[in-house]
Amino acid sequence: MKEKRDLKVQAIENGTVIDHIKAGQALNVLRILGISSAFRATISFVMNAPGARGKKDVVKVEGKELNVEELNRIALISPRATINIIRDFEVFQKNNVLLPSYVEGVVRCINLNCISNSSEPIKSKFSVLQSEEEGVILNCLYCEHAILEYIAENLL
Amino acid sequence: MKDFSRKEIDYVLDTAEKLEPVARGENRSRLLDGKIVALLFFEPSTRTRLSFEVATQRLGGQVLNLGSVEASSVMKGENLADTIRVISNYADLIVLRHPLDGSSRMASEFSSVPVINGGDGSIHHPTQTFLDLYTIRRESHLEDLKIAMAGDLKYGRTVHSLCHALSLYGAEMIFVSPPELSMPSEIVKDLQKNKIKVKETNSLEEIIGDVEVIYMTRVQRERFLDPEEYEKVKHRLKVTGSLLKNVDSNLKILHPLPRVNEISPAVDATPHACYFQQAFYGVPIRMALLALAMGVME
Repeated sequence: MKEKRDLKVQAIENGTVIDHIKAGQALNVLRILGISSAFRATISFVMNAPGARGKKDVVKVEGKELNVEELNRIALISPRATINIIRDFEVFQKNNVLLPSYVEGVVRCINLNCISNSSEPIKSKFSVLQSEEEGVILNCLYCEHAILEYIAENLL
Repeated sequence: MKDFSRKEIDYVLDTAEKLEPVARGENRSRLLDGKIVALLFFEPSTRTRLSFEVATQRLGGQVLNLGSVEASSVMKGENLADTIRVISNYADLIVLRHPLDGSSRMASEFSSVPVINGGDGSIHHPTQTFLDLYTIRRESHLEDLKIAMAGDLKYGRTVHSLCHALSLYGAEMIFVSPPELSMPSEIVKDLQKNKIKVKETNSLEEIIGDVEVIYMTRVQRERFLDPEEYEKVKHRLKVTGSLLKNVDSNLKILHPLPRVNEISPAVDATPHACYFQQAFYGVPIRMALLALAMGVME
């Protein structure tokens, strides 16, 4: 049994492991980090893996320690994700993602009439709030529209 | 509008009051002597554009008009950011009206001179809110006001900003509209969170004796799927001479204009009618905003 599991998520020598991602959000995590086909490092990920607190996704980036500021963007779509920096097969550092107070060029404003959705040379800008009732709220700094849900669907 | 504190709003209103004799042509002013104000209006507007022009000229400044969008470089495909960069090198201040939400905020990022939002998109028109507040202060009172807002409360941007601004003064609000045009629930919730008393109804007659100000807005036919429903609403939300027969003499009626059917001409001659005065107050308010933005008044 153990052997099969190891095949799913191989340990990495050096790099970044993003664990406890909300099930089904791994591809969005790659998008939010700007990881595309042009990215040179080896990426592996598992979706809907069984974990102690239910299903989760895991993303591993080999040979690269990702920037903390970029990693914190993950909190927009998966606030319970953890970041593990791996050095020489050991967890060198483990942190929870921290919700940033501001994001730029990450999410599209849902107001179609917002200037940030036009061809002007600007990036979308949002202030980020965490509300107990409504979860993560993004407020557009151009049109003041609030995004309360569908953040993952509106990633740029 | 949400960027302004009550103290800042009061300061703008006080400045407008100081400048009112100049707006009336009773006193002369050279506050904007040698200054050029660029009016970039990408949408048709009569009152806002003209009152900014008058405000500039009454203060001794000069106006640079974009003219028609069709005849400008915008038609050649120039983006707003570049237009703003160019014009901010020609003028001392830009007044922008643009169909996209947030365009003024973006313009301020590219401009080397102050930008005043003359109405952007369908959400913000802060100078209108300032002049509405000024009218209420001059013709009634702002503190703990009992106000009814009637008409299209769902899409009407003037009422949305006005609600928020009045909540800073502790108002009591009654929203009068048909259910399909009622005040958005998030605004009502927000007001209630700020301890503002809110009541909703669909009949003007029912509440006209309970308020000090009625803020009327236009109900547009195209908002209704059923033309019969529009006809019914149109009559229920109309201020007529007979509706005003037994009301308090201090009741004031405001309207951002243009009006269509919602206030009958018979009301114009009554002491309740404030909407033309309201349109005039756009001049001292815009004078105050121009003078403060350009730092010629403190």
